[in-house]
Amino acid sequence: MSPQFVQYLLTGLTVGAIYALVALGFSIIFNASHVINFAQGEFVMIGGMATVSLVAVGLPYLLAIPLAIATAALVGLALEKFAVEPARDASVVTLIIITIGASMFLRGLAMLVWDKNLHALKPITGDKPIAIAGATILPQSVWVLGVTLAIVVALSWFFGRTLLGKAMLATSHNRLAAQLVGINVRMVLFLSFGLSAALGAIAGILIAPITTTSYDVGVMLGLKGFAAAILGGLGSGIGAVIGGLVLGIVETMSAGYLSSAYKDAIAFVIILVVLFFLPSGLFGKRGGERV
Amino acid sequence: MMLEVEGLASRYGRIPALSGINLRVGEGELVSLVGANGAGKTTLLRALSGVQPVSAGRVHFEGEDITAAAAEKRVRLGIVQVPEGRQVFAPLSVEDNLRLGAYLRSKAEAAESMERIYAMFPVLKQKRREPAGALSGGQQQMLAMGRGLMALPRLLLLDEPSMGLAPKLVEEIFACVRALKSAKTTIFLVDQNARAALAVADRAYVLETGRIVLAGSGAELLENEQVKEAYLGL
Repeated sequence: MSPQFVQYLLTGLTVGAIYALVALGFSIIFNASHVINFAQGEFVMIGGMATVSLVAVGLPYLLAIPLAIATAALVGLALEKFAVEPARDASVVTLIIITIGASMFLRGLAMLVWDKNLHALKPITGDKPIAIAGATILPQSVWVLGVTLAIVVALSWFFGRTLLGKAMLATSHNRLAAQLVGINVRMVLFLSFGLSAALGAIAGILIAPITTTSYDVGVMLGLKGFAAAILGGLGSGIGAVIGGLVLGIVETMSAGYLSSAYKDAIAFVIILVVLFFLPSGLFGKRGGERV
Repeated sequence: MMLEVEGLASRYGRIPALSGINLRVGEGELVSLVGANGAGKTTLLRALSGVQPVSAGRVHFEGEDITAAAAEKRVRLGIVQVPEGRQVFAPLSVEDNLRLGAYLRSKAEAAESMERIYAMFPVLKQKRREPAGALSGGQQQMLAMGRGLMALPRLLLLDEPSMGLAPKLVEEIFACVRALKSAKTTIFLVDQNARAALAVADRAYVLETGRIVLAGSGAELLENEQVKEAYLGL
């Protein structure tokens, strides 16, 4: 492997891991409600921007990061409580439109609360590149990959081993049966928004030192995460992770070997190709629902 | 009376599905509800479980008004439904399905119930690590019943437990219903197999286009000319 290839691969994995976190957020809410939450990108933005503000007032990362994640989670919970829950009997399409509106609202609010400038966060541990096989990787990329891995492990423990996690999964597979065993499905949806928002915020914080952050960073990251979720198969956890990594790598490779002008177009080409040829994605449920 | 329903009505949009339903189920009784396809049997059970909105009437359970209670509250009180079409959590393991049946019960209660259900349906124990969707129809019905029993029901609502099963399995399911009855479980049973549902029942109701048109003991209704003609094919 040429050092150049290794370099693209490492960069691709880093951005891919961020897309994977955003895609996981999409999938968790989709599972709880079949709603595609287009405000997912705003959680990413809130995570990054809130950390910038908290660091600016002098808080160390150790406090600023958990506070920023909690802020985003609270915004996610509030979004569910005040925008989605009151319309819970409406159709899924209506709910999706509500999330689009919420995303515009949050972006506008962010512009007022903060500003329109780009902000860079300091890397968590220095910025001296580490050499690997002729290529280099930033310490921040190691953080991105490590934290993403830890989150994937934690989520598979949560959904595979805990009763609450299994109840959330059960709700996604059969909402009626979940209600009949006494699972509070409204609570599941509420928790899903909080969890998704926290995941988005983590993504936003991790990527901010590498790409900078601003009030509208959620638009592109949200769409990329959506593309990753579609590629992996909406609702599939493993699909979200693989979809994110594949998208990140393909994007970086095409930027490196073809032209960086088309970098952002890759995600949309992938959405189109997947929808045409593989509508349920790589790991999604096949076929229609059985009645 | 354990369950008292007065003047219950329910609708899908503007289309009425149930109206003026009055019925009672006493402690330890097995009460059946028979009726044709589309008469509203499933709608009635769903209304009792709190997953189908009610437009009029009252529901009392052990003296408490539960007309507006959320579904999970009713499960907590002991009203547990085994739904039509089994509705197992297909990708989850058999054991996880059972464990989720006891979602509102303590860990100790869940472990105890699980042993009891494995003793009742040994095949579920054999297949406990397999996904529920991989079971046969009859095994899925056992799993659905087992999942319902995991919740320690005081009133068990059974919706079409024999639907789509081979005659031998139908007999097995009804044997299981009789066993539950002799163990003093209160049961409200809906089944298209009217003969079996009436034969096993202490009392029964006949539902036609959303209204209760006949009531009586199981034996009386089995002899009723109207019932014979409409539901028993005689």
